[in-house]
Parts: sequence; C-alpha cells; structure tokens
Amino acid sequence: MTQPSQQQYRRPPAILLLPAVIGTAYLFFPLVGLVVRSPWGTLWQRLTEPGALTALWLSLITATITTAVCLILGVPVAFVLARTRFFGQRFVRALVTLPLVLPPVVGGVALFTAFGRTGVIGVWLDRWFGIELPFTTTAVVMSQTFVALPFLVIAVEGALRSADTRFEEAAATLGASRWTAFRRITLPLVGPGVAAGSVLCWARALGEFGATITFAGNLPGTTQTMPIAVYITLQNDPDGAILLSLILVAVSILVLVSLRGRWIGTG
Amino acid sequence: MWRKRLVAVSAAAIVAALALAGCGSSGKSSSATSTPGAGTTGANLSGTITVLAAASLTGTFNQLGQMFQAAHPGTTIKFSYGGSDTLAAQIVQGAPVDVFAAASPTTMKTVTDAGDNAGTPQNFVKNQLVIAVPPGNPKHLASLKDLTDPKLKVVLCAPTVPCGTAATKAEQAAGLTIKPVSEAPDVKSALTPVELGEADAALVYRTDAKAAAGKVDAVEFPESALAINTYPIVALKGSKNTALANAWVSYIVSPEALAVFTAAGFQAP
Repeated sequence: MTQPSQQQYRRPPAILLLPAVIGTAYLFFPLVGLVVRSPWGTLWQRLTEPGALTALWLSLITATITTAVCLILGVPVAFVLARTRFFGQRFVRALVTLPLVLPPVVGGVALFTAFGRTGVIGVWLDRWFGIELPFTTTAVVMSQTFVALPFLVIAVEGALRSADTRFEEAAATLGASRWTAFRRITLPLVGPGVAAGSVLCWARALGEFGATITFAGNLPGTTQTMPIAVYITLQNDPDGAILLSLILVAVSILVLVSLRGRWIGTG
Repeated sequence: MWRKRLVAVSAAAIVAALALAGCGSSGKSSSATSTPGAGTTGANLSGTITVLAAASLTGTFNQLGQMFQAAHPGTTIKFSYGGSDTLAAQIVQGAPVDVFAAASPTTMKTVTDAGDNAGTPQNFVKNQLVIAVPPGNPKHLASLKDLTDPKLKVVLCAPTVPCGTAATKAEQAAGLTIKPVSEAPDVKSALTPVELGEADAALVYRTDAKAAAGKVDAVEFPESALAINTYPIVALKGSKNTALANAWVSYIVSPEALAVFTAAGFQAP
C-alpha cells in the first residue's frame, strides 16, 4: 500500500495546541469518570453472568456482519457517487447521508414502514416468502446497516475523490477492463479510505441503539445487543450499566488496536 | 485583516454568552417570595418546576399541567416522561428536578432510600394491565392464555420496569409463561409495535391502551386484578421552588385530579 513520504514531525502552532488539548481532554474525562465509578469488585461476577456475554457476543457478531454488508453495498455506492455523473446525483448523495441526521429511533420506525409485516416491501416478503423480519437478529443487522452505511460511503467517496485517476486511465490505455481497473488499481489506491470507513462503520454498528431497539426489539440472546443490555441494566443498576459499557469500550478498543497493525498499516 | 475579524467574532460570541447567562438567571428570581405550606392557596405561586413522571402518566399529566397553569397564572410545570426506573436513576444522580411521580412503589423506594425525597410519598392512582391488540382484534385474543401461542408476536415490558413487573405477576397468577418477541424499556415502547401492526399483542396499562384508542383495542383479563400497580408521588429535596412543588403534589392527590385520572382509565388508590 502507498505510504506517504516520511512525515515531518514538528511542534504545532500554539493557537492549535490549546484547543487540541481541550478537545482531547473533553473526550477523555467522561471515560475517566466511568472508570472511577465502575464497581470493579463485581467485574468477574458481571462477566460470568450469561446475559452480559451473550449480549457482547451478539454485538460483535452483528457489527462485523453489518460491516461486511456495508462494504459490499457501500463501496459501489461510493464509486458511483464519486466517479459518475447522472441526473439526480445530488439528491442521491443527500439521501445517503440522511441516516446521519435522522434520530435512530425514527430510523427504526422507518424500517418498520419499509420492511415490517405491514411495510411497503415487508408485506410482499411476508405474503410471497413467509419472511417476517422485525424482532429477529437479521433486523439487528438491518438496523445497524441503516445507520452505519453512510459512514462507510462518505469515507470511501472522499478517498475516491482525492485519489489520482491517472493510474486508472493508464490501466485503461493498456487494455484493462473497467472492472479490472477498479479491482487492481482503484481499490488498492483507496484501501486506507476503505479501511478507515470500515472501522467507523463497525464502531457505529457496535454502539447502535435507537433503530435496533425499535425495529429489532429487545430479547436476550436474539436481539439484545450490548448497548441495549446497558440501557436495560441502567434502569435499576446504574453501576452495573457503567461496568457493562466499559467492557464494550475495552473490547472494541482491543479489536481496533489489534486490527490497526495488520490492516490499516502503522498509524 | 484576518485577526481583526477573529476579534470581532469572539466579541460577538462573548456578548451572546453573556446575554444567555442573563436570561438564565432572570428566570428563577421570583421563587424566594413564596411561603412554605402554600400548597393549595396558590395566591403567591410562581416560577417553574420540572416533574419527572412515569411514561404512563403522559396524557393525564399534560392535561393536569394545563389546568394547573390556567388556575395559577405565572407558573410553569415542565414534564419529563420515561421509564420509572430511568427517572429514579436520574434523580439519584442529582438531576435538578422538583417532583417525582413513579409507576410503582419499588421505583419510588430507589429515591427515598437515597434520601432525595422531601416528605412522604403519597399514592394517587392505581393502574392495571390489559392486552393491547390491533383494532378489531384480528387474532381474536380473549385471555392471557391466548398469548402463549408461539405463532403470536407479543411484546412485554422488560422485567426491570413496573409494567414488566406487573406482567410477570399476571403470568404467575395465571400459571403460564409468555414468550415475548421483545421486552420494551417502557410501556409506551411496548405499545408502539402494536400500533404499527408489527406485533399481535402487548401487555400494557389500561390507560395506555385507552390513550391510543382507535389505534389499539384493549382486552381485559381477570388475572390483571392481581397485578395492580400503585403510583406514588413526592416532592424532592433538591427543589428550588418547594412551594410550587408541594402545590403540584397536593393538586395531583386532589379529587379534581382524580376525576381526570379516572376518566383516563386509572383507578382511585
């Protein structure tokens, strides 16, 4: 993969340093608060409770499937948006970013109206195939995909726009088909962008709550992901909820750090 | 040039911040004049209080709030609705609120155990469960036993919230177990899938089914009499406007308010 030439590390201008420190501290202190307030004595007991591990496992699995789905659907969307021109393109681009501003709970209701058993598509899925999507693990992945896909599309589209198109043109001149040029030239060029988008997408899917609890519901083992387990626990055991969130944070950091080395290249 | 503009922008920001701060402080200037124990007289009631109330009180409290404000000009009652457990947790965490109305004694106990109450909680209504079904009851559900059909999509409240506790009690009373497709975090979210036609039934309070009349039908079942929730209300210690907070509590336990509650499907405590 292409590494930028040896970066020059130097002192940032003082006017940038202060907001940078404040910004980092602002993100850091809530985490410190969680760590301080956590009932560490009950950590082992929490971890061995069947509910917590089931929810954690379900979260990791669904977020990973969601990321795969987003890659399969999102990279082509980004490519079409970045490299082609068509009527209504601005509308499509706005549509793709819509889930970013839509409150996720409304996203869940919107998924009902589309894929629920009375929804515009769901009614046919039910009638023709007997498929009912709400309140299933599939619905968890669908909810996560709905809110996470824009993150991948925006990251990959940005990478595609800033990538040098001369390599693709050269490949085309040398007789490569458009698919070959995409696969052998474009995709490796925007690899870091795709990787960054996937991480964002995975992280967003892992933390997804609103659309999931609406469209997929809350049932331990089937649709109760970690954020939902945290929310339900919060209702009568705030300290337990804090500990569960920290477990989620710790596991996701572990996954991202271990992937970073081999996948995104040294950062 | 650029620097000059930056200075102008920061100056504007500071002016705006000061203006906002000014608005904030002027809002609560009037509460000092009220005398303690002015519960029902109301001649010198003023200012604003925030009431945290169980989600199932949404309709009645909004209505009672308007009636109260009409009777006491110059007062503002703000509401925040949610699952009683969430609200209790917010109070214990120090939320700046004045009154708590819970859907169960257990959630009220969270607040009184933490010593956040001012005075003794008073029970003001009782509520019981019904089976909420889509309009016309397409699946012809008539009893709690009908909900155990595995082909049905039933939504219950999570066992941690009062309506979930009541559902568990009803199941135990009937000697059966319902397998829900989802355990909702509060009673309104249990009703939503039924309103949308995505679930066949939900166990909700009679009052919630009544509030959603037209979108759902209510099926009464005998075991619900064994799973009645009592609603307590209390003024909170952290209140900055105790006169208004106490007046609101007195109003909620008054016969006038009870008439509004019973019209909505609640029962007298």
